[in-house]
Amino acid sequence: MSRKIPSLRTPLARVRGLGSAKSGTGHWWMQRLTSIALVPLSLYAIAAFFTHVVFGDYASAILWMRSPFAATLVLLFIGVGFHHAASGLEVVIEDYVHCECLKRASIVAVKFVAAAFALLGMLAVVKILFGV
Amino acid sequence: MTPPAKVSRPLAPHLQVYKPQLTSVMSILHRASGAGLALGLPVFVAWLVVLASGQHFYGILIGWLQNPIMQIVLFGWTWAFFYHFCTGIRHLLWDAGLFLDLKGVYSTGRIALGISTLLTLGVWAKILGWIP
Repeated sequence: MSRKIPSLRTPLARVRGLGSAKSGTGHWWMQRLTSIALVPLSLYAIAAFFTHVVFGDYASAILWMRSPFAATLVLLFIGVGFHHAASGLEVVIEDYVHCECLKRASIVAVKFVAAAFALLGMLAVVKILFGV
Repeated sequence: MTPPAKVSRPLAPHLQVYKPQLTSVMSILHRASGAGLALGLPVFVAWLVVLASGQHFYGILIGWLQNPIMQIVLFGWTWAFFYHFCTGIRHLLWDAGLFLDLKGVYSTGRIALGISTLLTLGVWAKILGWIP
């Protein structure tokens, strides 16, 4: 009586979208997209950091951050940078943490911490930009 | 017939006697530098937050960054950044189907190591005032 009911989905529907990686190539593709975007963004952010920390001061850094151009690039760097960092750490955790429960928990923790730091950095940029 | 004597063969990969290659070392360093850079992002955010919090807090962070241990960490992060940047571009070239043969893998590996080391030393020579 416990005969397995065959799936009503067509073979095509089963292979489309969700593969063995659960989200298809989405994760891999986003890592590539963010890495391409980070080529100019990270160079700009690192250059700005060293320019103002080593060769400038508080006033020069504030003046720089008040420019919409600088603020845009730094906001993009924070968003794309934390996305790239979280997706990279996710792969490292998937490879080295074998306990399923700990693996899931650490991936979720990495994503939450990355989102919180990204929002914090973005709000700091916005605060300086509007001179509050 | 006597059963063959049990031979205890080494398990593969046997890391103690495993000869590291440029390719495998560079691969794990790409991961390690990426993980290190993920820890550096919150420090970049901290810089923005103190910048938004006023001159007093900004001074405290700059003082903390000037401590010799933090200088070594910052040097490490500079190298991790340039290394991950160069090997990241190498990964993008591989994704485009380029330099996938053994010769290409080794030559791009040496180029990435050389460029990232030169850029790190150049940036720190500038920071330390060794070059004008």
